Amino acid sequence: MKRMPWHIAVFLAPAVLIYSVFSAMPLLDTLRLGFFTTNDAGHYSFVGLANYSTILTDPAWSASFWNAMWNNCKFFVIHLLIQNPIGLLLATLLSLKNLKGARHYRTMIFLPTLLSVVIIGFIWQLILSPLWGVSEGLMGKIGLADYFAPWLGQESSALITLALISVWQFVGIPMMLIYAALLAVPEDIVEAAHVEGASAWRIFWEIKLPLILPTLGLVTILTFVGNFNAFDLIYSVKGAIAGPNYSTDILGTLFYRTFFGYQSQIGSPTMGAAVATLMFLVILAGVGTYFYFVQRKLTRYEL
Amino acid sequence: MQAFKLSARGAVLAALLVAGAAQAGTVTIESWRVDDKTLWEEVLIPAFQKKNPGIQVKFAPTAPTEYDSSLTARLTGGTAGDLITCRPFDKSLDLFKKGQLEKLDGKAGMENFPASAKVAWQTDDGKDTYCMPMASVIHGFFYNKKIFKDLNLKEPKTQAEFFAVLEALKKGGKTPIALGTADQWESNQIVFTNIGPNYWKGEEGRKALIAGKAKFTDPQFVAAWDQISKWTPYLSKGASAQTYADSQNLFAMGKAGIYPAGSWDIAYFNQQGLDFGAFPPPVAKAGDKCQISDHTDIGMGVNPKAKNKADAYKFLTWLGSQEFADLYTNKVTGFFSLSNHLISVKDPVAKQMIDWRKTCGSTIRLNAQIMNRGEPAMENELWNVSSQVLNGKMAPKDAAAQIQTGFAKWYKPQQK
Repeated sequence: MKRMPWHIAVFLAPAVLIYSVFSAMPLLDTLRLGFFTTNDAGHYSFVGLANYSTILTDPAWSASFWNAMWNNCKFFVIHLLIQNPIGLLLATLLSLKNLKGARHYRTMIFLPTLLSVVIIGFIWQLILSPLWGVSEGLMGKIGLADYFAPWLGQESSALITLALISVWQFVGIPMMLIYAALLAVPEDIVEAAHVEGASAWRIFWEIKLPLILPTLGLVTILTFVGNFNAFDLIYSVKGAIAGPNYSTDILGTLFYRTFFGYQSQIGSPTMGAAVATLMFLVILAGVGTYFYFVQRKLTRYEL
Repeated sequence: MQAFKLSARGAVLAALLVAGAAQAGTVTIESWRVDDKTLWEEVLIPAFQKKNPGIQVKFAPTAPTEYDSSLTARLTGGTAGDLITCRPFDKSLDLFKKGQLEKLDGKAGMENFPASAKVAWQTDDGKDTYCMPMASVIHGFFYNKKIFKDLNLKEPKTQAEFFAVLEALKKGGKTPIALGTADQWESNQIVFTNIGPNYWKGEEGRKALIAGKAKFTDPQFVAAWDQISKWTPYLSKGASAQTYADSQNLFAMGKAGIYPAGSWDIAYFNQQGLDFGAFPPPVAKAGDKCQISDHTDIGMGVNPKAKNKADAYKFLTWLGSQEFADLYTNKVTGFFSLSNHLISVKDPVAKQMIDWRKTCGSTIRLNAQIMNRGEPAMENELWNVSSQVLNGKMAPKDAAAQIQTGFAKWYKPQQK
């Protein structure tokens, strides 16, 4: 008779326990809570899908929900179109053989990632401040003073500005991931191509890029999840009512206002849970779509 | 890195031990007044302990923006302190309804407060009181005395004089009004509900809205936004990205002439050594009765699950005393005790502001009672529309219409 493989259970236990207690259970409980409502005395009662129908059909709720959703999409697209190409570019430059001081650049570009978002928000608010910020002066030096505007205070530019600040902070992460993937490209393949007479440009496009595509996909999906969970930067710069006129409101700030309440708005855990569930579904759908249509079709080269 | 981790773990452990030690026989006060921590620890608590030796008191504030959510979480989880600093009106009423605040009717110390002060912490029918009133804040305008003297300006009494002063300040090369809309709350709390009572006749207008006899789209309310819209050219360039701290600095550095203010700002400008005075919101024409926003802002309640209830009540009794009223009014400059005791206010600007109570009608912030209860939350909506009016992005009548629509959506008396 074979002995029970107890050691497997023992080794898995810590991860399973921690993951279920701090991740899986809260998630399931959130999904459950979204089906309830509370009365004045704080008692819960089951209401089925009523919270969701309020969020999606009551104009007062749906307007802010879709506004937050749309803003969130813009936030993500800016990251996708700016952060990841810059990350790729930086990683490629860093992996150049004879670049001097590559380590220093790497550290410096990665550094903002380690800083607290509150500090980042505060610093950028100062830099861009129309009263004491350095931006206007610096732009004046190159004759662009007329183009300066209080970017963080205008409906048209606030969200883009915040997204760019976030790009500035987090560009180090895709850079590092792609850099690691580039380093893993075997030397002999590159050298062989070189001997065959391929240019550096062609080596990049036809050898390196296909080899790191899975990493680019991973970076994209990480950005997607991160952006649709984003909250801290907006909250620290614009507060939870994400002004001007909710132009920087994303799902994270909408969730915060709903769940915890803000100023005299009294929070509702059940409505908040419904918003959180919708966020979860959006992320799930995004990740699902990605895996189904993209990840499956990526070719992985055995090296 | 390893050393850091170890020390962080040590710190967490130490914090837990301290927290554990603090619970036995200690009265813990929950509050959002982070700024007053030193004052509580060095002045107020020692004064209490002199009268009540042997009772340990711990002042444990949370940052204002996080206070309500973290307090709710701790009250629900049963780890909140013994005494709870109360926000006025609905936030606290909500806690009381959930059984998270004790009933305080007839408790020692409560007899020292006038009925008007208690309204902020009573049920709608006025039957139950659940927090002891501590202090109110008064709204008005500060002005830089030196700039006013240099430009030969006087405290404006009427709205026409007010705009003449703004014009003169602009010509004199100063920012007329130190105000921004990046944080949004100022647009409502120290602009709209500060200047508005003169238009809607203070309490009269506020009660008419609650009774459903007036609407936000009525001329007396639109007029307040109308005045705000005329401020736009007198703000700094880029005011839409200017934060509250920016405005404070601008005024403290002597770059701006006028600062729309809450009395809590007095202490800050005193620290900066600024020479400033105050004037109440200007009236329409000379001789009109002035109205000020005298907002009941801060109270104190008892946690029903307090570990140390008897001592908490002793502390509460002391909060209702003349000694506390005097210390609080004069040490926490800009917060005015709500008790019946006669207190002489020492700070000149604070005294100026409290004296307005003698000639002007007093009202609370327009939407503080009842009107904040529904969806959409009126306070947040007011921040938003008033900021947009200041930014020149929204017409006064549109602001009024938006607020009225949101209000009528859930409030029965407004649906007729």
